[in-house]
Amino acid sequence: MSEIVEKRSGIKDTINKIGLPTVIIACFFIFLLVVSAVIKLPLATLLSDMLKRGGMNGLLVLAMVPSIQSGTGPNFALPIGIECGLFAIVCGIQFGFTGMALILFTGALAIVLATIAGYIYGRLMNAVKGSEMAIATYTGFSISAVMCLAWLMVPFNSDQMRWMLGDGLRETIQLDGVGAAGIINNFLSFEVAGLKIPTGLLLVFALFCFIVWVFFRTKTGIAISAGGINPKFALASGLNTDRNRIIANILSTILGSLGIILYSQSYGYVQIYNAPLMMAFPAVAAVLIGGATASRAKVSHVIIGVFLFQGILTTAMPVANELFAGTDLSETLRMIIQNGIILYALTQVKGGND
Amino acid sequence: MVKLDNKNTEKMSLYTWVMNNLVTLIFLAFTLFGFLVAEGVSADYFLTEITSRLYRNGILVLSLIIPVLAGLGLNFGIVIGAMAGQIAIAIVRFFDMGGLGGLALTFIISAPLAAIFGYFTGILYNKTRGQEMIASLIVGFFANGLYQFLFLFVVGAIIPVPKGHPMIMPNGIGIRMSIDMGTLKYSLENILEVPFMWGVLVVAGVMLVVMLLKRFNVIKAKKGSKRQVGIMPWVNMGLCAVLVVISIHAIVTNSNLMLVKKIPIGTVVIILLVCLFTELIMKTKLGQDFRSVGQNQHIAEVSGINVDRTRIIATIISTVLASWGMIIYLQNMGTLSTYSAHTNIGMFAVASLLVGGASLSKAGIKNAIVGAVLFNAMFIMSPAIGQAVFGQALLGEYFRTFMMYGVIGVALGIYVWKNNKQSKTTL
Repeated sequence: MSEIVEKRSGIKDTINKIGLPTVIIACFFIFLLVVSAVIKLPLATLLSDMLKRGGMNGLLVLAMVPSIQSGTGPNFALPIGIECGLFAIVCGIQFGFTGMALILFTGALAIVLATIAGYIYGRLMNAVKGSEMAIATYTGFSISAVMCLAWLMVPFNSDQMRWMLGDGLRETIQLDGVGAAGIINNFLSFEVAGLKIPTGLLLVFALFCFIVWVFFRTKTGIAISAGGINPKFALASGLNTDRNRIIANILSTILGSLGIILYSQSYGYVQIYNAPLMMAFPAVAAVLIGGATASRAKVSHVIIGVFLFQGILTTAMPVANELFAGTDLSETLRMIIQNGIILYALTQVKGGND
Repeated sequence: MVKLDNKNTEKMSLYTWVMNNLVTLIFLAFTLFGFLVAEGVSADYFLTEITSRLYRNGILVLSLIIPVLAGLGLNFGIVIGAMAGQIAIAIVRFFDMGGLGGLALTFIISAPLAAIFGYFTGILYNKTRGQEMIASLIVGFFANGLYQFLFLFVVGAIIPVPKGHPMIMPNGIGIRMSIDMGTLKYSLENILEVPFMWGVLVVAGVMLVVMLLKRFNVIKAKKGSKRQVGIMPWVNMGLCAVLVVISIHAIVTNSNLMLVKKIPIGTVVIILLVCLFTELIMKTKLGQDFRSVGQNQHIAEVSGINVDRTRIIATIISTVLASWGMIIYLQNMGTLSTYSAHTNIGMFAVASLLVGGASLSKAGIKNAIVGAVLFNAMFIMSPAIGQAVFGQALLGEYFRTFMMYGVIGVALGIYVWKNNKQSKTTL
């Protein structure tokens, strides 16, 4: 909305305000939409896909806000939260929950697990100030690898999850069997002119966006942001920045764990083993595309970023397939955009500790 | 094992020595444990695997040393060098060239490509100062996207290629999932191969003679190098003597140890040349610049060193070496998996170097070689241990992936944590 007011002071200021990468990517998205309209692709399907995928990735992206605001940088260790969520789902299925009960139980357990994991992770991040991003990445990788061992060794025996032969859990667990596939998506969902609106999914995403938005207006939230902007000043004003960073990382881990539950129910499958390994990067990229930097992020960045990024990914594939038959460029495009935007954000980080 | 350092033992308590080499020792213990529990691993199989992996990965690991010394940290961006090597191979194989000449051509083509890539990567590292480690990881992913774009789309859609070419996908756009290396395969190995035990005999024998001569002052020790005291020289001599005896025994009785894969002299010579190059360049003015920049960029800048340029040169050298390392790796593998061969190279090499006892600011040839041996030993042993202890080889495979990430994570974490603690006490 604000850009309309800004227009008087010139296009340049507007672009600076929104952020150059966001503008470029938004233009690219509009271009893709125009092309897909020209080559007569079903726009309604594309947009429904975008809404669905935006919603299902939403919480994972939202998890970036607390950690960025606290000065820890984007949460590259998102797999920690994800593994907590996955473990909660697997426990829920093992204990025989189905449907909504499964989702609620899983959510509650995930919050407990993620709080503990987030606390430890927060302590770690406080010990390695200055190189959080690199260490967070490898922490996430290591946790994913450890959990691969865990999935193979857990003594769970539910028929929904077991291999037919041998020990361990399956690579993908269907949520159909426990009546939880798309259960949030389908809540109050409706269709308008071929456009399918996953109301429940969007409502849950909106609810958590609101919670985070409110949280950063409470005393604790403001203290966290202050510590992120200038840790020394915050410390001098009597704020316990270390404690605040831990709180922010706990929140981020919790959002990650709930995010994967939302993601899995929308997808219809729970993917374990190596699936979480690389999940942090698209989430980081999405919030950066929305206009965040490695040190500042808002809830609005999340909403813009996740729909824009997922929108590009959903439209690029059919467009590329139509234009250059037989090539699959969407994965290539994802890699270039995702990692390009992260690199751009890294070049904007001021070096050193000051 | 002879090369395990004995310099540090003098004047340093055993405790600090153990703490400083903890990761290396854990890997050593893990390998030995593997020998104890796993039955399927015979000495000749193990030695074959470990040596061939050492020849294969050696240069890739060595290519990481210079960026570490220049203060860039661990350059995960060697993936980009690997891509340059693969592009060179694709070009050479496209025109169906092979043999030693073809291999030389891949070296020649990949060098300028890698230099250009390294130049741009270096500029990026200068812009992401302080975050090079994560930037180098991400730039590898990013370059992978561009690489895929080149091989999946540009080849065929923009660069015209004949449709029926065996390397090109059936529809005429993009390169197939795997490229056959043709006669490039083993081209370096085929020059000359020496039975492993003869190699051990010669190396151990020469070392033994040199050490004995040094001990009895027949040849003077190099100036400046302190005369070794204590029992370590004797232990080393003993080890060499044992190796000589073992190899003579194996040769005479033609035991299983003679089944170990022969030593490809060509590859070994190149690895030694790269070692020599790394040693020598650190003695030049440029090498001194690397060190000063690595120690403190501000002081280096003040004393008239062009810090940005020095860092870019370090990145270029690393990238070029990595591209050659990848070519040697692939000529040993025999096929090039076009879209996946390079993806894990960076992490493998970095983990190897760290296992060898390197840190983010200190690395040497010894670290690279010891690390490459031990890391690969863990890699070979892991499934065998998983099978023996838990009855599941898959467990061992996940375990070794964990070790790879874990080693990198722990090494990074401890380094930064120590530095933060130090800067706190000095403040």
